[in-house]
Amino acid sequence: MIWNKEMECADREVMRDLQLKRLQEEVKYEYENVPYYAEKMDKAGVKPEDIRTLEDIALLPFITKEDIADNYPTGLFAQPMENIIRIQSSSGTTGKPKIIGYTQRDMEDWGEAVARGLAMCGATAGDVVHVAYGYGLFTGGLGAHAGAETIGATVLPMSSGNTARQIAFMQDMKSSIICCTPSYALTIAEAVEREGVDPEKLSVKAGLFGAEPWTKSMRGKIEKGLGLKAHDIYGLTEITGPGVSISCDENNGMHINEDLFYPEIVDPETLKPLPIGETGELVFTTLRKQGVPMIRYRTRDICRLMDDKCPCGRTTVRMDRVLGRTDDMLIVKGVNVFPSQVEIVIGKFRELTLNYKLIVDRVGNSDTIELMVEFAEGLIIDDIDFVEHMRKKVEHALRETLQIGCKVRFLNAGTLPRSEGKAVRVEDRRRFE
Amino acid sequence: MAVKQVSIFIENETGRLTKLTKILADAGVDLNAATIAETGEYGILRCIVQNPEETCKVLSEHGFMASVSDAIAVAIDNKPGGLHYVLDLLSSADIGVKYIYSTIQSIKGEAVIVMKVSDQERAEKILGEAGVKLCDTEELK
Repeated sequence: MIWNKEMECADREVMRDLQLKRLQEEVKYEYENVPYYAEKMDKAGVKPEDIRTLEDIALLPFITKEDIADNYPTGLFAQPMENIIRIQSSSGTTGKPKIIGYTQRDMEDWGEAVARGLAMCGATAGDVVHVAYGYGLFTGGLGAHAGAETIGATVLPMSSGNTARQIAFMQDMKSSIICCTPSYALTIAEAVEREGVDPEKLSVKAGLFGAEPWTKSMRGKIEKGLGLKAHDIYGLTEITGPGVSISCDENNGMHINEDLFYPEIVDPETLKPLPIGETGELVFTTLRKQGVPMIRYRTRDICRLMDDKCPCGRTTVRMDRVLGRTDDMLIVKGVNVFPSQVEIVIGKFRELTLNYKLIVDRVGNSDTIELMVEFAEGLIIDDIDFVEHMRKKVEHALRETLQIGCKVRFLNAGTLPRSEGKAVRVEDRRRFE
Repeated sequence: MAVKQVSIFIENETGRLTKLTKILADAGVDLNAATIAETGEYGILRCIVQNPEETCKVLSEHGFMASVSDAIAVAIDNKPGGLHYVLDLLSSADIGVKYIYSTIQSIKGEAVIVMKVSDQERAEKILGEAGVKLCDTEELK
């Protein structure tokens, strides 16, 4: 089912005309309401009226996560707080979160974007949408929720966790669409098997999974284990949240909601736009955002765009799965983690050095993250209590900053190998192939 | 009279302790007493050696964090009730014992145990007044 034929199946010329019109409006709006970006444009010698074609977007300066950090918390807001009805956030690189505000219309657009994805899963007002993403500042839960409400489906705001209760609701309330992280879907699928529930007897027919990388083999296990068809959903808080793009039944790339989010692929080195089909860094411009518009936001995600005709009938450009990142951001349990955040925490303890390593792994279906850090030289350690106390303090501080649990393991000073060049701070043992 | 004990932080990995004992063996360090307190991931080896400062230096050169601290070594009658007698003296004086371990050698009919107490100075005084024999590092050789 196609939720919004006018936008999703528009003739390419019609879509490009709409995009240009919206881009011109968005750039003018940003220039007039966000002094920081206006200054950037002035420095680049570009005025809103210089945007005459879609290709002129390349004249505009980028916005980076560093810009967001420099303007913490609300420096990039284009509207006063009285017009902001919602705040969501995700981790920032400096230890301070990225704060994004939404106006009433932004919330409606977000709901619209996710509704299109739910419709790709076959959702209608008669469906029961089971939202097992975490609710809160994380955009997963409330984003899926907004989409289901837009459709007029029955929403089960389960949030994540308590798997036995998830399964009970799936059975008793006949959940027909489930939204959660792929790893949590797998956890539910395995619990279903353990409890001897026949997947065929579950009513769930499709799932909308995103917020973290996942593998083909995970997809197969989830589809079989829950008896459903899996769809990918992509998004990022800076742009809106989940719903920027979603895969249809063809499972061949995610359709970008191009009337709302304009995609570009740029060379991560030269930052020059690349032709469609080439792999590079994904850049998004919001076309209708009021709260915190983003002009040419560098996502740091590496991927490629596809514009060949999709048999589903939608004409929107698709993005392939994300192949990697141009920065050191990790996604652990669906949460963005930057090594720099960890450094800030370690730096607060004079008992520790900045010689550390993060080990990310996947045990069962769940991501784990462990910090190995060296004690400062000359530290007197003659007591287990001291070490245990230190560990609790550091683990607590990490949880406060990262929003997820991180195990801490202390090492003797000088244990970690010293590298000649850039230190290898992260060992990601997860395999996504 | 205090004894000097060396505390060494060790990651709990197979072979790590062996590496430590190799360093001590190569440096000709004799362990007069040793104990390990551990959790799942690491341990603290405490030991009595004849040259604590020198031993610490050698260990830190080899990547082990080691430090020296005071403890009490008492010679107790090697018979039932011997340890109880000493501990009773301390607890009556409201002095806590954090841990104890025994030495490798015993002296003619006596066992020598090392203990870490909450108040080293008072413990030495009380035990001394009660006639309990306190040993110095050299006596544990």
